[in-house]
Amino acid sequence: MRTFIQRRQAGILSLLSTLIVIIAGLTIGFIVLLISDSEQAWTAFWTILSFGLRTMRNVGDVLLSATPIILTGLSVTFAFKTGLFNIGAAGQFAFGGFVAIYIGVVGADYIIMPAWISWTGLEAIPPIAPPLRIILSIVGAALAGALWGAIPGLLKAYRNVHEVITSIMTNYIAMYLISWIIQNTIIDIAPFTTQSLPADSNLPTMGLEYIFREPLGAGFRTSNVNIGILIAVAIAILVYIILNRTTFGYELKACGYNKDAAKYAGINQNKNIVRSMMICGAIAGIGGALNFMNGTGLSMTASPALAAEGFIGISVAFLGLTNPIGVIFSGVFVSYLFLGGARIQPFGFSLELVEIVISVIIYFCAFVLLVKTNIGKLIFRRKD
Amino acid sequence: MYIIEMRNITKIFPGIIANDDITLQLQKGEIHALLGENGAGKSTLMSVLFGLYTQESGDIYKNEEKISIKGPNDATKYGIGMVHQHFKLVHNFTVLENIILGVETTKRGVLQMDKARTRVVELSERYGLSVDPDAYISDITVGMQQRVEILKMLYRENEILIFDEPTAVLTPQEIDELMSIMKELIAEGKSILFITHKLDEIKRVANRCTVLRRGKYVGTVDVDTTDVETMSEMMVGRKVSRTVDKPDASLGDVVMEVRNLTVNSKLHNKSVVNNVSFDVKAGEIVCIAGIDGNGQSELVYAITGIEPASSGSISLNGKHIANIPIRERSKAGLAHIPEDRHRHGLVLDYNLAYNLILEKYYTPRFQKSGFLRFSEIYSFSDMLIEKFDIRSGEGSHTPTRSMSGGNQQKAIVARELDMNPNLLVAVQPTRGLDIGAIEYIHKQIINARTNGSGVLLVSLELDEVMNISDRILVMFEGEIVADVDPKQVTFAELGLYMSGAKRDEVAV
Repeated sequence: MRTFIQRRQAGILSLLSTLIVIIAGLTIGFIVLLISDSEQAWTAFWTILSFGLRTMRNVGDVLLSATPIILTGLSVTFAFKTGLFNIGAAGQFAFGGFVAIYIGVVGADYIIMPAWISWTGLEAIPPIAPPLRIILSIVGAALAGALWGAIPGLLKAYRNVHEVITSIMTNYIAMYLISWIIQNTIIDIAPFTTQSLPADSNLPTMGLEYIFREPLGAGFRTSNVNIGILIAVAIAILVYIILNRTTFGYELKACGYNKDAAKYAGINQNKNIVRSMMICGAIAGIGGALNFMNGTGLSMTASPALAAEGFIGISVAFLGLTNPIGVIFSGVFVSYLFLGGARIQPFGFSLELVEIVISVIIYFCAFVLLVKTNIGKLIFRRKD
Repeated sequence: MYIIEMRNITKIFPGIIANDDITLQLQKGEIHALLGENGAGKSTLMSVLFGLYTQESGDIYKNEEKISIKGPNDATKYGIGMVHQHFKLVHNFTVLENIILGVETTKRGVLQMDKARTRVVELSERYGLSVDPDAYISDITVGMQQRVEILKMLYRENEILIFDEPTAVLTPQEIDELMSIMKELIAEGKSILFITHKLDEIKRVANRCTVLRRGKYVGTVDVDTTDVETMSEMMVGRKVSRTVDKPDASLGDVVMEVRNLTVNSKLHNKSVVNNVSFDVKAGEIVCIAGIDGNGQSELVYAITGIEPASSGSISLNGKHIANIPIRERSKAGLAHIPEDRHRHGLVLDYNLAYNLILEKYYTPRFQKSGFLRFSEIYSFSDMLIEKFDIRSGEGSHTPTRSMSGGNQQKAIVARELDMNPNLLVAVQPTRGLDIGAIEYIHKQIINARTNGSGVLLVSLELDEVMNISDRILVMFEGEIVADVDPKQVTFAELGLYMSGAKRDEVAV
């Protein structure tokens, strides 16, 4: 029997290697700051490190911006376990986001029916009640993401086209298609974005604002953190359960580890590829919905743009060692860095440099598996 | 004085002592065989010598001088070269490029291929290793690839040559050739460590033989004065019968009926299995013999559903299975021990228990409304491990990748036989296994037959074909050219059928 000690060792190893790459990444990031401006470097570095924890409001903001990248990270993780590389999270995320906004905006008002169905006697649909509208937004986003994920899945399963190629292309198609649809539907011309969501189309905060706030004058300034983060954590746990406790997860992982053996065992690999890509798409799509329904008045640009969250999801997934629970922590960590990074501009660092520093840190984190293999050898060689 | 001496080597992996206080002494100019079953620790010991692993304790001496080998580069420095079981060649490089890879002669950064070529040609003539220096590795036979590996060692002027199971991939003719090359090499003053579990090969070339068993040193013997039975007993730890005890067949009804089966190749539009018809009865072991590549694999693929049949019918207990999914065939009682256990037979990244339920995970026993029932899975796995004596470091939780080849195969055999199949299709079930494991797997296949399963055995080993089958079908160029009784046919006659020199009209 595999002993408790061995399992604990494996856990310690994962944690230790993650810590090592983070420290290495931070060191190099600090060096970049030093080269750029040695006098301000320490202050700036300390800001990156500490800003997210300075007030409860900041903590709330970290969780708020962690929500979408946890979900794109989970999307990439889920695909990876099936042996697929989902580069298409950006497109699925964008589609999910758009559909959520569309339902949130259009569903808040009377929908006038077009003339050609006037024979039904139906002239207009009344506004949808807010709780239902929010649920519809999320479900719609999941469906839209799933459909968008199904395209590379189907092409891989039945035409053997590599999913990396097709999902990169579906990203670009999504980018232009969404821009075109926005311009023809819910456009707000002046900022050239979608119309903003009515307040009651946003996710409820369920009292979180009483925890995540900071004093301001006589009152408080609250974070916009909402139940999105709880939904993200719930989905991470759900993904963990699906992958590790169900026959479906057993089949998916068998396909991912060895597709020939999966076929030999009578597992329908093609069906599983499509299913897996649809689930990835749905997760990324929900990420898009939660991103825009966060109550900050964030709206989606009508210019063609790739959603950065889709690509950050790849780093988040690997930094979390493609473990769904690990992804929660890596998502929070990356969000923490971004939030602190955004605060060093006042010290005279350009936005580009901030991005470089953050990217260097994340880039280093990509070496986590390499480090894990090597320190494993170093530390446990003699002990065993 | 020994050219290489490994004293009291101990190497430990999690959960298993791979080498426990092992001493190996290699004399200059001898062929020293290292004999042991799979998992006995032969490869580990050689990896320590070659610098791929570091030992926990023990020392290595060359010519009485203590040396420390930290990696393959150190090994090369001390003149140690190794031909790995799975060759380490770059397939889209030429023979010459592969030989010089890593030790290129250059002049101001430009390769000096002419000098290298002259030396390679000279070496290949001197040792009788014929190769075409300009052929691409992907175009040459396995036997020739092995000669390239040997030339690589000679080019680096290695004096201690390690051969890791070199004959596993060769045809009988190529084996003869290798044996004479090895003798040539020691005549030129090289020293050879020859890892194998084939006793007749040791008898043919080796001078001395060191035997390992389950990571422990058993002894070193002089090959000329020791008989094969003694060595095999040292290796396995008990007496081994080299012939198989088999009760007479009691034939039942026809289990599988194959009619006019044709399979077209995926690569070109020719048929690789051509209009084949035969029956397998319950309680019968039908063996498909033939030289590799005469359509045996494709026939099995069509029967088991890995690849579709082009035309013809297959029925299992009266049910037509030629066009139904693999899962349905398995439910109809078809079990399959696949040819390539790593590619088809196992998910190496799953643990042993997960592999043992690979075809049953969806049954109510192992899942409840889509959730895996872990206690059932692990108790089932523990039961099979016990019943089929599958050995591994951490039992049901062992990562399958870390198990020895013999135990991986035992796991597959356990899983397939536990199905109580109507028909067992076993393809080269003993390939690459040691005597103990072969004996064991043969026994299990015969047990399945006794229990009333029909068995279709595909084998390239004539010994196996003659020993355990009740009926032999010979395949040549996609057709069945003989249907013979093993008791009445001779090896020579089988050879004639296999090479296409003789054929019968086979009617069902």
